Amino acid sequence: MFSTEQSCWFIRKVVCWRAVASIAWAVLLLLPITAVFVILSRFSLLHPIQTFSECLSFLTCASAIFSLILMCGVIIMVGFLNLEYYTVIPTIACSKIALLGQLLHPRQFVNSLAHCIMGIIVAWCCAVTLGGRYETIGYPCTQGDGTDSSPQMCLNEYHLILLLAGAFVGFSHSLLAVISNINYVSFHTVQQYKYLRFKGSLPFVVKCSAAQALYSVRNYIVVYFFLGYIPKAWICKTLNLHLNSSVHPLDSIAGLLDLSLLYHQWISASFLLFTWNITLLLFRIFVTEVYSFPVQSSFTEDAHQCLPKVLTDKQPMILKFLALQDVALLSQHSPSRRCEVFSLSQPGGHPHNWNAISKECLSLLADLTQRLVAYHDTVATNGRAKSLSTGSERKTSSETSFTSATEDLMSPRPTLLLRTPASVFARFVVGTPHSPLTAPFTPDLDSPFASPALRRLTAPLDQCSPWFGTVQSPHIMRRAPKLWSTSTDSQVNGSPPASPASVPSPKQEPFKPSRLALFLRNRKEQLPEASSQALFADSQAHIWALEGLSYLVQASFSEDQFGVIQTTLPSILGCMLILQEAVDRHFKLPHASSKPVRSASGMGDSTYKTLRFALRATLKTAIYRITTTFGNHLNAVQMSAEHRKRLQQFLEYKE
Amino acid sequence: MCSLALFPAPLACGQTTLCESNNELLSGTATDHRLKQDSSPLSLYFPRESLKLHCRTESSSKAAFLDHSETLWMRSAAAWRDGGLTGLLNEITNSNTEVPKWLSVSSGFTLALLRWFSSFHGSLFPHLTMSSENMLAEFSQVLNWSDCVVRAFAWHPHADKFAVALLDDSIKIYNPKSATTPTLKHRLQRSVAAVQWKPMCASALAVACQNCLLVWHVDPCSLSTRPSSGCAQVLSNPGHSPVTSIAWSPSGSLLVSASPMDTAMMVWDVASESCVPLQRVGGGGVTFLSWSPDSSHVLASTPSALFRVWETRTWTCERWPCVKGRCQSGCWSPDGSRLLFTVQGEMVIYVLTFGDTPGPQAAAVVADLSETTFNTADGDIIVGGEIHSLSWDPTGERLAVLLEGFTECFVRFSVSSGFVQGEPGAEPRMMQFHPNFQHGALLTVCWSSGRITHVPFYFLGAGVPHFGLSGSPSLPRPQERPADFANQSLFTELIS
Repeated sequence: MFSTEQSCWFIRKVVCWRAVASIAWAVLLLLPITAVFVILSRFSLLHPIQTFSECLSFLTCASAIFSLILMCGVIIMVGFLNLEYYTVIPTIACSKIALLGQLLHPRQFVNSLAHCIMGIIVAWCCAVTLGGRYETIGYPCTQGDGTDSSPQMCLNEYHLILLLAGAFVGFSHSLLAVISNINYVSFHTVQQYKYLRFKGSLPFVVKCSAAQALYSVRNYIVVYFFLGYIPKAWICKTLNLHLNSSVHPLDSIAGLLDLSLLYHQWISASFLLFTWNITLLLFRIFVTEVYSFPVQSSFTEDAHQCLPKVLTDKQPMILKFLALQDVALLSQHSPSRRCEVFSLSQPGGHPHNWNAISKECLSLLADLTQRLVAYHDTVATNGRAKSLSTGSERKTSSETSFTSATEDLMSPRPTLLLRTPASVFARFVVGTPHSPLTAPFTPDLDSPFASPALRRLTAPLDQCSPWFGTVQSPHIMRRAPKLWSTSTDSQVNGSPPASPASVPSPKQEPFKPSRLALFLRNRKEQLPEASSQALFADSQAHIWALEGLSYLVQASFSEDQFGVIQTTLPSILGCMLILQEAVDRHFKLPHASSKPVRSASGMGDSTYKTLRFALRATLKTAIYRITTTFGNHLNAVQMSAEHRKRLQQFLEYKE
Repeated sequence: MCSLALFPAPLACGQTTLCESNNELLSGTATDHRLKQDSSPLSLYFPRESLKLHCRTESSSKAAFLDHSETLWMRSAAAWRDGGLTGLLNEITNSNTEVPKWLSVSSGFTLALLRWFSSFHGSLFPHLTMSSENMLAEFSQVLNWSDCVVRAFAWHPHADKFAVALLDDSIKIYNPKSATTPTLKHRLQRSVAAVQWKPMCASALAVACQNCLLVWHVDPCSLSTRPSSGCAQVLSNPGHSPVTSIAWSPSGSLLVSASPMDTAMMVWDVASESCVPLQRVGGGGVTFLSWSPDSSHVLASTPSALFRVWETRTWTCERWPCVKGRCQSGCWSPDGSRLLFTVQGEMVIYVLTFGDTPGPQAAAVVADLSETTFNTADGDIIVGGEIHSLSWDPTGERLAVLLEGFTECFVRFSVSSGFVQGEPGAEPRMMQFHPNFQHGALLTVCWSSGRITHVPFYFLGAGVPHFGLSGSPSLPRPQERPADFANQSLFTELIS
């Protein structure tokens, strides 16, 4: 209860105000962006001066001001959605099924719907701005070819196509946001002022908005060409409008190849995406700004805002991240604040500040070590990583049970598949009492697709699944969701796709539905690297913990007057060396050390894909920082022989 | 102020500087020297003839194949891929028989317009019109870079090993404690302008190449003599080439790189291969970078008469316009409180003092190296001129200066001064101090003959006591003694 109050404190006083400031800036920037959009959309090469005077007169008229107010509303809404959906730890879908689950999640559905509506509103504003043939949805026309034609309202398809384009672009933007993790807010290693960061990323935002708009419009045109008649008929029916048969319909090749129409669609989509992306960019810049927490406070009522207390909070994550970032920065740059960390409490003489900071950092690192060890164990028991060396013993241990079946499924040797063909689908046999379809979903309890009901449904299945028993360490049970989804994936990937064709047919009949399940299963295997990414998803925190600890230890060599650090130095070194060992082992796995494909396009931040490499480099640097500072004095530190051997490698610069 | 008039006369012809002891430079004849040097494992000799050079450039291999006529579309696509917009326009203009007349005329017009504009841009910043080889030669810290056998040299900041980049685009790593000398070769490793080892790491070596940056990970325990190119990370950014200078942060976390073609200086997070461009338009590019040992400032000089000093906490910069020419070289005092720099076209060394809260107001002249005549037995010798590069030893007591157009590399001491001379006919091309030499300072000089020699200066550091803990280096201690140097006066300020 107490901790929630604290988190409320931070969210209320800092994060919300930062979000409000970013939205305010986005709204302020809307005016120049709109002006540029108006000029670009109405520009004619032959009458430049006339264009400018037209634009100026348009910008002062009532409809423009009304659309500007609408746009402001949209920006505020986008900013609110950013605040609502942002995360500092990315959700990494370990399989395509999980990704699909994310896309079909109700929350995402609401998000997409909101984006669709906002897209329509922005497109309407664009239509008003563009003027001319786009301005209204209906226009008076005379239907029929005879003299009996009466004036009636006809549908203006140009207006409709623009509105639908807005909806489509908004929708595809929200889908792409899920795929490219656009909600993920990363922290920069280079601390620049907000204005300079904004200025630096502005060209990139322009470029990626324009490119994304181009692709969206291309897709939209294809969709409209095939399905355009549906919304057209629906709008005509609901608004009681008529189709003007004398005008060429737009959902034809000739109608869509109108260059001016394409240009206007593209520039409207660019405008829409640009305003949204700018809002997102500003939000990211504001929310990741460094926050300086006091190390200690002389007033007890402020104690919950101090660094040692804030670090230990579990929620909200942004608070923890900013606190760790502050630790890393103060340890590098600010001698006076370091002095406070090394200080002793006045009565008693306890180094409370240092104890709290080091304890939290060490527990973070230990947690990561445990996670890595557990991950490695599951991989090893599945025999994927070291199948050839442990193959014989596995064969003896798993005779005819389900275990052999599941393991063989994971094994890279297809001959084993043929050895026990009947049991290949053992998993699904177990699954049949419930539903064959749930089987491939079971490991994805983490994914939003898995509702609580589904979890309850799948729980007994997991219990009786033989594979589960092999990894049933208390640690994995504790942090089940994430590891569960990742580990199952990794154990499957790399194995040959267990295609139904390779299995002898007679045994297959009873399991007809499992063909679909198998198909889904194969889809699950296609993101091999994601499990490793997911394992290191929150490693930014570990990186800061390592930096903070190592810089503080380095500074303690000359600044620590009371020897505060000395008592914890053995545990710090031990923790880092164990982690180093675990990380080294992890990087021996084939998929862990492969570099992700660099995809720089889009607003999605792909920093999380390389966090494991950053962690590995930071860890090594941190150990070297301590060894170079203390040198042979480290021989006096108590540690196990194995660690000493390892440390000697570092002292001799042989790592 | 210090001037060359205070220097002892240069050595007679045939004499070679061996070492410094008791504040005197000891010399010997060239043959003694060679005997002594050859016995030591770190002295190397790369004769020009032993290197296999690239006999032809890659583009000239076109001539070996039959001419093959492709369709216009194919050629246009290839031109777009190879040469970008200008290449495409050029292709369309040249094939005027196949395309409609209006297209070839309009593309020719656009091309002319582009060229006119780029020539206008080039007249503002003349270095933009140079070829990348010439640009590297112009802005490198190595004297006469294009003709040099040893193109770059770097001591490891902690361990006793160094990397040497040679004319044939290979890099060799020498370690006296191991028998293997790994040779690093990579397809993209061409025209190496600088190499630097990552601090707080045993294995990572950054290489500034013509088109990209390479970061090699050379396992010190590995016995392989040819690490595969898989050990190298390629860092590249469009428009950021050729890279003429790189600098690791002393804490080993960031790498900055500079290119005269790019107005942005790149700050790389090497592990995640991401970069943050720090753009400042003035100056037209960045040529030389130097990170202060306390990691608080970075010197970035531009091809124009302007240099910047970046502060590394929030990455803001101070502009320092020069009167005469661009900043040619610079170096930091070991505690990062002073910056020595030289300006092209002037024969003096300036100093900027940092550490005060408002920062320095103006640069002061600390040494004047204008031409001075020495009377020696061999006749009058004129020494002095423009300064090509500077190097300050880690104890802060010796400063080495490489003069342009002269055959000596000269060293200024806190107590006495002198010239370091190589064997007859050899010119110094670059120099670097060993980062943690126990008995004073060790200057490594690469000569035009392809020889690399080491000149030890034996002295006891007076100002800064040695923190080196039996082999462990005393390098980055940003917080240790920040006030040491700031309160001391430089030797030259005392005698002025």
